[in-house]
Amino acid sequence: MSEQRPVAPPERRVAALEAALESRGLDAKAFVDKQVRVSEEDWVPQNGARVVAKAWTDPEFRKRLLANGKDAVAELGLSMPRHHRHLVVLENTPGLHNVICCTQCSCTAYSIIGLPPDWYKDFEYRARVVRESRTVLHEMGLDLPPEMEIRVWDTSADTRYMVLPVRPSGTEGWSEERLASIVTKDAMIGVARL
Amino acid sequence: MDGMHDLGGKQGFGRVRHSRDAQVFHEDWEKRANALLAFAVKSGYLNMDEYRHAIERMEPRHYLAAGYYERAFTGLLTLLVEKGIVSREELERLAGGVIPLALPSARGRGNDPGRRRFVRGDRVRVKEEFVPGHIRMPAYIRGKAGIVVDISPAYPFPDAHAHGVHAEDEPTYAVEFRSQDLWPQGADAALVHVDVFESYLQRT
Repeated sequence: MSEQRPVAPPERRVAALEAALESRGLDAKAFVDKQVRVSEEDWVPQNGARVVAKAWTDPEFRKRLLANGKDAVAELGLSMPRHHRHLVVLENTPGLHNVICCTQCSCTAYSIIGLPPDWYKDFEYRARVVRESRTVLHEMGLDLPPEMEIRVWDTSADTRYMVLPVRPSGTEGWSEERLASIVTKDAMIGVARL
Repeated sequence: MDGMHDLGGKQGFGRVRHSRDAQVFHEDWEKRANALLAFAVKSGYLNMDEYRHAIERMEPRHYLAAGYYERAFTGLLTLLVEKGIVSREELERLAGGVIPLALPSARGRGNDPGRRRFVRGDRVRVKEEFVPGHIRMPAYIRGKAGIVVDISPAYPFPDAHAHGVHAEDEPTYAVEFRSQDLWPQGADAALVHVDVFESYLQRT
């Protein structure tokens, strides 16, 4: 009776839950297949990139975006899950840099800037960026001048954040589409500047 | 609870393992695990506060050793078993092995009946509270003072919502702290903002 059973690997646990739900007549599989497609095709940083490009080219939109992010992104046909009731857009300037994190888990405005990358959910970023922001950004390849103010935003509740990067010089006259193509998920998290 | 998940400001971690175009998922089962959470929420089996707390209740060695999607899926399975949607025995039989789940929940709590509204610019202090159940106050702001810079719409109160306790919704306040106040002589200079539920705050 002292036989030690092995621990089931995670992929077997997932398959077990799917089988258990199926055996109850719950149509989880079709939902899961569809939801996987949503997570791969709909929750992408190109959404946020469109928002940023629009804000760079349309001053009235930028004002609305900074005043009420959720309503403004809805103008571009973008939605957020029901429990994300508030989107705050943090505007970088030449003298100010914003960076977002979630020290307790992984919260992000994933339907706008895309699902969080692996390192965002790892312990190193979660533990360190609130306390050693300038050092961590430097290690990640972003050297900020000493006089630049850093503002860190810990997503500790259901308000969601995204960074509005500074529009790079040399992009005058570019179309929104071309501008959107240079906006990255890292820049909307705030670990890169464009 | 002052759990293993509450990592903000912890020391001893190395460099962020950052890469350009970092991946969200590394294996197919991670995508399905993520989608199964959405199924459970849609089906009304659980709410996001219960889910977050179930991850926080993982045995600390398991929490630290598991990757992100294993932690997430452990939270999901723990709740489905606790709520009787599926049984652990059935899952382990289907999986052909042991499935580690999170540890049992402690009790929750309701809103602070004496809480008060704040406005932008108010100076506030985070109460010195130590609760056994779910709370969304990172420990690094406990007892610290800052300034309200933004106010959210009202949300379910997590300390109650994660435990099936009835409570009123309340707003969160984006409170701006100086890193030097959070970790005197022990932090890079920055303004650190945390969204804090109304019940966690008092006037300075």
